[in-house]
Amino acid sequence: MANYKSLYQEVILDHNKKPRNYGTLAHASHHAVGHNPLCGDHISVALSFDRECIDCIAFQGESCAICKASASMMTSAVKGKTRADAEILVQEFLAMATGKLNLDSPNQIGRLAVFAGVCDLPTRVKCAILPWHTLHAAFNSVASASTEEFLGSEPKFAEPTARPEGAVRCTAAKLVSDPNNSAPIGNA
Amino acid sequence: MNAVQTVGYPPSAYAFDVERIRADFPILKLQIDGKPLVYLDNAASSQMPQPVIARLVRYQTSEHANIHRAVHYLSETATAEYDAARRKLQRFINAPEEREVIFTSGTTDAINLVMHGYGRKFIKTGDEIILTTLEHHSNIVPWQMLAEETGAKIRVVPINDAGEVLIDEYEHLFNERTKLVGVTHVSNALGSINPVKQMIAFAHARGVPVPVLVDGAQAAPHLQVDVQDLDCDFYVFSGHKLCGPTGIGVLYGKAALLEKMQPFKGGGDMILSVSFEKTTYNTIPYKFEAGTPPIAAAIGLGAAVDYLSAIGMEVIATHEHALLSYATAQMMEMPGVRIIGTAKNKASVLSFTVDGVHPHDIGTLLNQEGIAVRTGHHCAQPVMQRFKVPATSRASFAFYNTLAEVDALIAGIRSVQKVFA
Repeated sequence: MANYKSLYQEVILDHNKKPRNYGTLAHASHHAVGHNPLCGDHISVALSFDRECIDCIAFQGESCAICKASASMMTSAVKGKTRADAEILVQEFLAMATGKLNLDSPNQIGRLAVFAGVCDLPTRVKCAILPWHTLHAAFNSVASASTEEFLGSEPKFAEPTARPEGAVRCTAAKLVSDPNNSAPIGNA
Repeated sequence: MNAVQTVGYPPSAYAFDVERIRADFPILKLQIDGKPLVYLDNAASSQMPQPVIARLVRYQTSEHANIHRAVHYLSETATAEYDAARRKLQRFINAPEEREVIFTSGTTDAINLVMHGYGRKFIKTGDEIILTTLEHHSNIVPWQMLAEETGAKIRVVPINDAGEVLIDEYEHLFNERTKLVGVTHVSNALGSINPVKQMIAFAHARGVPVPVLVDGAQAAPHLQVDVQDLDCDFYVFSGHKLCGPTGIGVLYGKAALLEKMQPFKGGGDMILSVSFEKTTYNTIPYKFEAGTPPIAAAIGLGAAVDYLSAIGMEVIATHEHALLSYATAQMMEMPGVRIIGTAKNKASVLSFTVDGVHPHDIGTLLNQEGIAVRTGHHCAQPVMQRFKVPATSRASFAFYNTLAEVDALIAGIRSVQKVFA
C-alpha cells in the first residue's frame, strides 16, 4: 500500500543526491519553466526529438527532494518515448499523485510508483507533479512549430535566456551537469 | 528533596507550571500517527484553551442575537458582551479610550482599513511611505496598491545581517514628503523585535509629525503591549495568534486620526441616517464596523485576553524567552544548521536552514515525528531575498511549549540530517 512515510526511501533520496539528466541542452527544440508559487521552487525542462522519439532531455532548477527526484526519474522514464506515450505517462503520474490511479490495473508507472504515497500529503503533491506539468508545457511550447522554425523564435514558456557557458551539443556529451548552475536552460 | 530536577535543563528562575497550562489546551493531547503533537507553528496561529472554547459555546448556546438592533433580551445580551469584549481589548493594549478599539477581521483587514481610510484620503502623488524590509506581505501589498493608485512612493528601510532594522538608514529616509510609516513590532520570519518606540518618537519629532502604523500581529501574543507608552498612531493585531478565534482582529487608532478618516466599508451599523440624498456616518468605532460584525469571535477574543492576562504577559514572555534561548543554544551547536535572524532582541521565532535539505522536506519529515513547523517564505519574501534563501523552516514558540518539545525538535532535525546524509 502507498504510504507517505515511504516517500523518503532510498530511490528518491538517491535521485535527489545524484539527479539523472541534470543540466542544460545545447539544442533543445522544446522547453518550459515551471514554478511552484507555494514555495518559490522552479524547474526547467528541455528536450529534443529524433524523429518521433524523445532523444535528449534535461532538467535544472531549485527544488525540494521530492520535486528533484520526480524530475530525475521523469527524464529517465520518457527518454526514447514518443510524445504521445510520454503524455500518457504524464496523465498517469498526475492521476497517481492525486490518488486517482489504480496501480493494480495496467499502466506504465513502473518504478515511478515510489511517488504514490505523495497523495497522502496534499501540500506536497505539487512538488511531485511540477516536473510533469513542466514537461507537458514544454511539449506545447512549440506544438505547431518545427525545430527549424523554433530555433529562430522566442520560446513561449521560457525565461529570457542566454546560452549558458559550456552548454554542449546534444550529440556530443549530451548534457552539462552542474548542480550549482541554476541558469535556465538555453537554446541555440 | 521535593523539587524535581530535570537533567540538562537550565534552572527555572520563574514560577511557571507549564503542565498545568497545557492541561487547558485540549488539542495538545493529540497524537499524530501515534506520536505526541509538538506544536511549534504558533507564529502562524496559536491554539485555543478550554475557557475560550467554553466562552464560545456559552455565547452560541445562550446569548446569541444580532447586536445594536433589537430591543429584545438576546440582542441586548449580545450587545453588552460585544461591548465588554471591546473594553477587554482596550485594557489589554492600554488604549486610552474604548472607541479607539475597532474590531476587524484580522491584521490584514486592519491594515487595509488604514490604507483606505487614511491613505486614500491623505496620501497623494509624490508622497512617501516608509516600510521596513522585515514587513509581512500584508504590510507591503496594501501600500503598493495605494502607491499604484495615487502615484505615492514606497521607501524601504534596510536590515543588517542579524535581521535588525538600520535605524540610521530609517532616519535618513525621512523628508517633507513622508506621510506614513509602517513597521512591524516583531518580525514574523525572523523574530526580531524592532525598536518601535524609538522609531515612533523620531517620526513624531518631525516639523509635521508623521503617523506610524505598527503591525503587532507577532508582538501582541508575546509582549506586554502599551499603545500609550509606544505613542503609536495605529496598532493592529489578530485574534487567532492570541489563543482566540479566527476572523477577528483589532485596529487601535488615535481618536483624532480615526475621526478624520473616511469609512472603509459601507453598510449597516456604520451610519447615523441614510437617505438617497445624504448619508451621515456613525461615530467611531462604529463608522468602521459596517454590517454584522463577528460577534462570537470578538467575545471569544475577549475571553482569550482575559486568559492571557490572568497568566500575565510578562510571565509568558519570560517562559517563551527561556524556550527560545534553549533552542537557539542547541541549534548553534549543530553542524550544517544555520539560524536565519540573530537579532539581539528576539521573540519566540527561530528560523533556520539545514545544508543540503529543502525546507519542505524538513517540514514533511518533522511532521512524521509529530512536530509541526512552518516551512516556506513566511509571506515575507523581501526578508528571504535579503538572506539569499528561497525559504526557511520556522519553529515558533508559545507559552504552552516545553523544553522537552525543543529537545524533540532538535532530535527531529538530527534525524532529517541522517536521512539526507
